[in-house]
Amino acid sequence: MNFSNFLLMRHEILLLAITLLLLVGEIFIHKNKKGSLVHLAIFLFGIHTAVGFLQIEESSLFGGMFRTNNMIHFFKNVLNIGVFILLLQSAEWLQEKIVNQDRGTEFFILLFSSLLGMYFMISSGDFLMFYIGLELSTLPVAALAAFETSKRISSESGIKLILSAALASGVSLFGISMLYATSGSIYFNEIVEVISASNLTVLGFFLFFAGLAFKISLVPFHFWTADVYEGAPISVASYLSVISKGAAVFILMILMFTIFKPLMHVWENMVYVVAIATMFIGNLFALRQQNMKRFLAFSSIAQAGFILLGLITGTQLGVATIVYFVLIYIFSNLAAFGVVQAISLKTGKENMDDYNGLYRTNPNLSLVMMLALFSLAGIPPVAGFFGKFFLFTAAASKGYYLLVFLAVVNVTISLYYYLLVIRAMFIRKNENPIPFFKNKLYMRLGLLITVVGILVLGLYSPLYDYIYELSSFLN
Amino acid sequence: MNFTYIILIPLIPFVVFLLLGIYNKKIKPAVSGYIGVTGLSTSTLLSFYTAYQYFFVHGKVNGVYQTLVHKTTWMNFTDTLAIDMGVLVDPISIMMLIVVSIISLMVHIYSRGYMKGDEGYTRFFAFLSLFSFSMFGLVLAANLFQIYIFWELVGVSSYLLIGYYYTKNSAVAAAKKAFIVTRFADLGFLIGILMVGYYTGTFDFETLNNPEGSAILNWASTSFMGLSVITWALILIFIGGAGKSAMFPLHIWLPDAMEGPTPVSALIHAATMVVAGVYLVARLFPMYYFVEDGFALNIVAYVGAFSSLFAAIIAITQTDIKRVLAFSTMSQLGYMMLALGVSGYDGHEGVGYMASMFHLFTHAMFKALLFLGAGSVIHAVHSNYLKDMGGLRKYMPITNATFLIAALAISGVFPLSGFWSKDEILVAAFEHNKLIYGVGVFVAGLTAFYMFRLYFGIFWGKNTQYKHAPHESPLSMTFPLIVLALITVFSGFIPFSEFISADKIGFETHINYPVALLSSFVAVSGIVLATIFYKKENDLSDKFAKAFGPLYKWARDKFYFDEIYMFVTKKILFNSVAENIAKFDKKIVDGTMEGIGNKTVVVSEKIKRMQSGKVQDYAFAFIAGVVIIALVFIYMLGN
Repeated sequence: MNFSNFLLMRHEILLLAITLLLLVGEIFIHKNKKGSLVHLAIFLFGIHTAVGFLQIEESSLFGGMFRTNNMIHFFKNVLNIGVFILLLQSAEWLQEKIVNQDRGTEFFILLFSSLLGMYFMISSGDFLMFYIGLELSTLPVAALAAFETSKRISSESGIKLILSAALASGVSLFGISMLYATSGSIYFNEIVEVISASNLTVLGFFLFFAGLAFKISLVPFHFWTADVYEGAPISVASYLSVISKGAAVFILMILMFTIFKPLMHVWENMVYVVAIATMFIGNLFALRQQNMKRFLAFSSIAQAGFILLGLITGTQLGVATIVYFVLIYIFSNLAAFGVVQAISLKTGKENMDDYNGLYRTNPNLSLVMMLALFSLAGIPPVAGFFGKFFLFTAAASKGYYLLVFLAVVNVTISLYYYLLVIRAMFIRKNENPIPFFKNKLYMRLGLLITVVGILVLGLYSPLYDYIYELSSFLN
Repeated sequence: MNFTYIILIPLIPFVVFLLLGIYNKKIKPAVSGYIGVTGLSTSTLLSFYTAYQYFFVHGKVNGVYQTLVHKTTWMNFTDTLAIDMGVLVDPISIMMLIVVSIISLMVHIYSRGYMKGDEGYTRFFAFLSLFSFSMFGLVLAANLFQIYIFWELVGVSSYLLIGYYYTKNSAVAAAKKAFIVTRFADLGFLIGILMVGYYTGTFDFETLNNPEGSAILNWASTSFMGLSVITWALILIFIGGAGKSAMFPLHIWLPDAMEGPTPVSALIHAATMVVAGVYLVARLFPMYYFVEDGFALNIVAYVGAFSSLFAAIIAITQTDIKRVLAFSTMSQLGYMMLALGVSGYDGHEGVGYMASMFHLFTHAMFKALLFLGAGSVIHAVHSNYLKDMGGLRKYMPITNATFLIAALAISGVFPLSGFWSKDEILVAAFEHNKLIYGVGVFVAGLTAFYMFRLYFGIFWGKNTQYKHAPHESPLSMTFPLIVLALITVFSGFIPFSEFISADKIGFETHINYPVALLSSFVAVSGIVLATIFYKKENDLSDKFAKAFGPLYKWARDKFYFDEIYMFVTKKILFNSVAENIAKFDKKIVDGTMEGIGNKTVVVSEKIKRMQSGKVQDYAFAFIAGVVIIALVFIYMLGN
C-alpha cells in the first residue's frame, strides 16, 4: 500500500484532524477563557482553507470509490471558503451563547462532520460512497438545527429536517437500488457504459434525483425549507442555504452530466418543468414574507431554480456557468445572512419591519445588505448580475428562449421584493429603529470578505476563464 | 489617433461619486457642490476636445468618418464567444458625449442653487455623478453586453435620484414604478442580446453593424414564426429601448417620475436617460435597416409616431407643469423614433437618421431648458400647478425670456434650433411615409398649442395674488438657463448632416420649402390658438373642454393607462395570486409556527398539531411529486 495515495484525501484527513484537535483543545482551555475555542477553530479552519489551494493529483482510491480531480478539488475549496466565512460570522454567537454552555466542540464536530460528508459525496466514485456522504452531510445538520435547545422552534426545526431528510434519502436509496438492479453495478464508471432509458432505470433516476432535489430545495421537494430556516439558528440556516445547497448542486451536476448523460432526453424535460415551478413558487412565496429568515429561504429556493437553467444544457458551458453562479451565490447569500445574524444577535429582531430606518443608525450594515440583495437580484455591476447573465446565456445557447424569458420575468419579480427590504432600510421611517451597534472583528471580517467577493468576482474575468477550463473534465 | 484617453470622461464622475459617497458626512455641502461641478467640467472639456479631434482632425479618412474601437478581451466566455470591454468612438457616440456633458454640467451648476439647504445635499451630488458616469459609459459602450451593464446602472442611479425625496411617499412609489417598468422592458432587451450573441457569435457593434458582415448578410438563415430570428432579436431590443424612452405602452413611469427633484427631471427625463432608447436603435441602425428589409425598423416608426401623437394629446390637458413637460418629452422622443423608422441608409436617403440625432441634440438642449425654467418657477411659487401661477413675467424676467425661447424652439419656429431639426424629420417622413408625415405635422401643431398654453399659463394669464412676491432665481440657476438658451438659438445652424449620417459619409441638406412652410404654418396656428385661449384670463378653454366632454376627460386621465396597469398588477398579480399564496403560506405552512414562543398556553397544542401532521403533509407532497414526475415522464418515454 502506497501511503502517498492518502494525500489524495488531504482535505478529508485534515478536516478530521482539525475536529480531533478541537476535541483535545477544549480540555486545555481555561475555564475563564472558553471563548478562545472559537479563535482556535477559526484559526485551524483558516489554515485548512489555505492549504486546500495546494495542487492535487487527479486520481482515484479504493478501487474507484473515491476519486478526485481539479474540478472536485475546486468544489471543496469553494465549500471551505463558504464555511470559513460562516465561522467568522458565527463567532460572536458561538462565544456568547454556545461555548459558555460547554457545547462549542459539539457544534464544531457536527459542522465539520457534515462538511466531511460533503467532501465524500462530491468525491464519490460509486453510489455507496455517495450515499454515505449524503447521510453524513445531512444528519449532523439536523442536530445543529435543533441546537438552541432552549427554543422550542429550534427543536421543531430539527425534527422537521431529520424527518424530511430521512424520507428523502430513503427515496434516493430506493432509486439507487433500482439503478443497481438494471445496471448490475454501483460504480459510476461501470453504470455509464450500460445505462439505457428503460422504464425501471428512469424511475430509479427520478427517485435518486428527488433525494438531491430535496437538499437543493427544488419544487416540489422544498416544503421543509422555510420552516427549518425559520427555526434553526441563523448560522445553521445560512449553512443549509449556502454550503449544503452548493455541495448538492455540485454532485448532482457531476452525476447528471456523466452517468446520466445518456438519459438526457428524459431529464431535460423534467428539469425544464422543475425549473419553472421552482422559480415561480420561490418568488411568489417570497413576495409577502415578513420574517427575514423565511424571506431568504424562499429567495434561496428561487435562486436554485435559476441554477437549473445551466443544468438543462448538459454542456461544458453549463457546468462553468453553474459553478460560477454558485460561487457568487455563496458570497451574496452569506452577506445577507451575515447581516441578519448580526442584527438578530444584538437585538433579537428578525422582521422586515424592524429594519425600517436601519440606514440612519447602521449605514454600513445597510450597505452590505443592499449589495447582497442587488447581487441576488442580478443588478450590474455586482457579481450576481454576471452569474445570472451567464446562466441565461448558457440556456439560450441551447435554444431555451421561453425558459430564459420566464427566468427573466422571475428576476423582475425578485427585484420587487428585494427592493422591499432596501426600501425598509433606506426609506421607511421608524420611531425606534435598531440602535447603532458595533460588530466585533470577526463579524466585520466575515462581512468584508463577502462584500469584496460581491464587488470583485463578477469583474475579475480570469476566475471565469479558470472555471471554464476546469469544466472541460466532463467532455 | 488613439482615443483611449476618453475613458477618463466616465471615470472622473465615478471617482467623484466614490469620493462624495464615502466621505458623505465629512464633506461640507458647499464643497461637495464644487467637487461635483469641477469633476463634470473636466469631463465636459475632454468631451469637447475629443469632438474637435474626431470631427475636424483625425476622424475622417477618405471622406468617411471612421468607427474607432479601443478594446481588450475581457473574458473568453466559450471557445467561440469572447466578451470585450472597450470604448467606441464614432460620430453619434461623440455627439452624445457632448449632449450628456453639457446638460449634466448645467444641471450640476443649477442644483447648487436649487438644492441649497437641502438635507442630503452631498448625497444628491454623489448620485448625480453616479448617473453621469453610467450615462457616459452607456454612450461609449463598444458592445451589447457592455451597453446592457450601463443600461441597468443608469436605471439604478435614476432610481436613486427619483427617490431622492425619500420622505415623500409619492416619490418613493414613482422611483419604484420607473425601475420596475423599465426592468420589464429590459427583459426584452436581455433576451434580444442573448439571441444576437448566439446567432451571430459576437456582441461587438462594429462587427454587427458592418453591412457586408455575416450578421447582416445571413439574417435569412434562421427563422422563427415567419420572421428571421435576428428580426425578433431586434424587436426585443427595441422593447428595451422603448421602456427607457417611454414609448407607448411602456410610458407610464415617465409622468410619475416627475416626483423627483426638478434638476433630475431635466437631466434624466429630458436629455439623457430617456434618449438612451433612441440611441440604442441608432447604434444598431445598420442592423435595423438591412435585416429583413427593415421589418423591425417599421415597428420603430409606427410605435414612435403613435407615441408622439398619444402623448401630445395628453399634454394638452395636464395641469401640473412638470407633467406637461413629461408628456411633451414622450411626444418628442416619438418624433426621434419615427425619424429613425423612416430613414434610409445611403447619402440623402439617410436623412431620417441624421434628423433623429439632430433632434435628439436640439431637443436635449431646449427641453432641459424648459425643465430648468419650470424648476425656477416652482422654486419661486412653491407649487407645480398652473392654477397657482400666472403673470410671473413681471417677477422673473430671465426665466420668462429663456422659457419663451425654448417654447418657440420646441414649437419649431424659424430660426431656432427646433425648427431645423423638426423640419429634417418631417422631410424624411414626407419622402418615405405619407401617413407618418401627416401624424408628424399634426403633432407639430399640437406641440405648439400645448407649449404656449403652458407658457401663457405660467407667465401671463390671470394675475395671481402671491402671498410672498416671487423673485428671480439666483445666478447659479439663471446662468444655466442663459447658456442653454444661447445654444437653443444658435445650434440649429450647425451643419449636422456633414458630421452625422447613417453611412458616415456626410451629405448636404437643403430646406424643402413646401414642408418647411406647412410645418411653420401649423406651428404658428397652434401658437395663435393658444394665445387666444390663454394669454388673457377667459373661459374659452373651459367651454372647449366642456364641448369635448368625455374626450377631454379621457385625455386628462391619460387614457386610463395607469388604471389598466394597476388593475393587472394589483388586482390580478398581487391580490389574486400573491395574496392567496401568502394566505396559503400563512395558514397552512406557517400555521404551526405562529404563536410559538409568546403564547405559552397555546404552545403545547401547537406542538401536538405539528407532531400529528405537518411533516406528513410535506412527506406527502414529496412522494406525490416524485410519483407524478416519474409517471408523466415514463409515460412520455413510452410514446
